[in-house]
Amino acid sequence: MTISDLEALELEATANMLRRDIIRMLVSAGSGHAGGPLGMAEVFTALYFRVMRHDPENPDWAERDRLVLSNGHICAVRYAAMARSGYFPVDELLTYRKIDSRLQGHPHNLSLPGLENTGGPLGQGLSQAIGRCLAARMDDKRYRVFCAMSDGEHDEGQTWEALMFAGNHKLRNLTTLLDRNNIQIDGHTEDVFPLEPLRAKYEAVKWHVIEIDGHNIRQIVEACEEAKAVYEKPTAIICHTVPGKGVDYMENEPEWHGKAPSAEMGERALEQLRTEGERIRKEIAKLRGL
Amino acid sequence: MVVLSADLTESTRTLEFSKRYPERFVEAGVAEQNMAGMAAGLAMEGKIPFVSSFAVFSPGRNWDQIRVSICYSNANVKIAGSHTGLTTGGDGATHQALEDIAMTRCLPNMVVLAPCDSVETKKATLAAARHSGPVYIRFARDKTPVVTTEATPFEIGKASVFREGSHATIIACGTMVYLALEAAEALAEAGFSVRVVNNPSIKPLDVDVIVAAAKETGAIVTCEEHQVCGGLGGAVAEAVSTRFPVPMEIVGIGDIFGESGEPQELWRKYGLTVERVAGAVRAVIERKGS
Repeated sequence: MTISDLEALELEATANMLRRDIIRMLVSAGSGHAGGPLGMAEVFTALYFRVMRHDPENPDWAERDRLVLSNGHICAVRYAAMARSGYFPVDELLTYRKIDSRLQGHPHNLSLPGLENTGGPLGQGLSQAIGRCLAARMDDKRYRVFCAMSDGEHDEGQTWEALMFAGNHKLRNLTTLLDRNNIQIDGHTEDVFPLEPLRAKYEAVKWHVIEIDGHNIRQIVEACEEAKAVYEKPTAIICHTVPGKGVDYMENEPEWHGKAPSAEMGERALEQLRTEGERIRKEIAKLRGL
Repeated sequence: MVVLSADLTESTRTLEFSKRYPERFVEAGVAEQNMAGMAAGLAMEGKIPFVSSFAVFSPGRNWDQIRVSICYSNANVKIAGSHTGLTTGGDGATHQALEDIAMTRCLPNMVVLAPCDSVETKKATLAAARHSGPVYIRFARDKTPVVTTEATPFEIGKASVFREGSHATIIACGTMVYLALEAAEALAEAGFSVRVVNNPSIKPLDVDVIVAAAKETGAIVTCEEHQVCGGLGGAVAEAVSTRFPVPMEIVGIGDIFGESGEPQELWRKYGLTVERVAGAVRAVIERKGS
C-alpha cells in the first residue's frame, strides 16, 4: 500500500514535531539520550500515526498491535509519539526523567499505560516481543508485534538467542525495526564491535530482511506492509538512520548518543528544526494548491 | 499455564508436561536469558509461564532478565530452579546452586519459596501458580525425606512450628528441615527443648513466627543448604535484629564453593551435619545466659 505525497509530507511534519519535543524534553531534563531518539523520529511517526492498530483511549485494547522498545534509552521518541497521538497530555513530556514522573529515564511498563514493556539493559526487548508472539499463536490472535531495537544491542548474546528462536519458530507476526545508525557509546559500531555483514547474519538465522532509508516515511510504511505479507518468517527492517538527525552538530556524532543539550545549544537545535518544519509546511501548502 | 525449558526437559521433569500439553510447552534451547524474557512477554499476554532449569542457570545466568523483564515489570512468571545445594552431587560446584536465595530475595516484587519435601513442593508449586506476580521456587535434586503430609498447611508468607521447644529455635528450609528435626531429637536426649520451624517462604518472611520464637525461646539457629551470605539466615537475622535481638547462629555454606561427591559425603565435609547444628544450638543457648 503506497501513501500519497501529501500524507508522506504530513507524517514528515509530525516527525519534525516529535524532534522538537525531544529537544525540549532533553533540555528540561538536563540529561538523557539525543542521538537515537532524533534518528528514529520517522520510524516512531510511521508506527504510531500510520502502521499500528492502536487506540490511545484504550491502551489495553486486546486486539491492538504491540510495540516493544528494546533499546529503552531512546524512550524520549516513544513518549513524544505517545503524547502526540493522545495517550497523555503533551505538557507531561517535560516531566521526563524528573522525580514522580510517569516518564522514567528508561521505560517502565507499570508507570505509563500503553508503554507495553520495561527496557534499558540492552537485548531484553526482542525476547519479550517473542513471548507476546507465542501467546498470540497459542490463542489464535491476529495482532502484530513490533520491536524497535538498536544496532549496538546486537553485541548482547541474548539478542542472538532471541533472533535464532524467532527464526526457528517462523514467527511471522513479528517485525523488528532496527536502528542501524552505526554508533554506540564508545564510538562507531564497526570500530567498537563490528556487526557486519548484518544482513547475512539475519538471513542465516532464517529472517526476512528489508533494508530501508530510516528517514523515508514511505519506505518505512511500505516495509511494514511487506512484513505483513511475509508468511514464513519474521521480518527485520534494517532502518539506516543518521543519529541526531535534524540537528547539524549532533548528526553522526557518537558523543551525542547519551547527552542532553544545554538550553543554548537546545535553542540552536530548535531553530534548525523550526526551519525544517517551515519548509515541510510550505510544501504541504503547495501540494494542496494553497 | 505455559512451561518453558532450557534443554533440561528430562532432568527437570518437565518432560511429562511437554508430552501432555505440547501446544503450551516451549523448548527454549540452552538460552536462559531469552527464556526469561519470553516468559515475561507471555505473562504480559495473560499466560502463567513457568521457566524451568537448573538454578545455577536460572536464576543464575539470567538474573538481569529476571530483575528487569520480570520483577520490575511485575510479570506473572514462575522461576523453577532445580539442582540446588550440594546434594546435586557429582556434577560438582559449577552445578550446585548455593547462591540462588541471595540473588532472588533481594529483588522487589519477588516471592522466594524453598519447600522441604516432595509433598510441600507440590503445594508450593500450586501456590506459586495462584499467586499473582514473580515467584522463585527452589528445588532439590536428591531424594529428600518426607516430613509433611497432605494436611500440613502451606501458605506463601507463613512458617510453621514442626516441633515445640523452649530453650532455642532452629529455623530451617528445604533439605535442612529434616536435619533440623534430627538435631532437635539429639538435643532432647541431652536435655534441651528445641523448637523447629519449617520456613519455606523466605520472602515474604513470616516475621510473627520468627519474632515469637525469639521472644519465647530466646535463641535462634538457622539452617540452610545455601551460602550463609544472603540466604535464609540473613533474612531471619534482618527480622530478629530489628524486632527482638537474641543470640543467633547461621548454619550454611561458609563462603566456599562445593565439589563433586556423594550428597552425604558433601554434607559432612561442608558442615551440614546434625552435630554441627546441635553445636550451634548449644552455643546460642550458652550465649543467652551470659
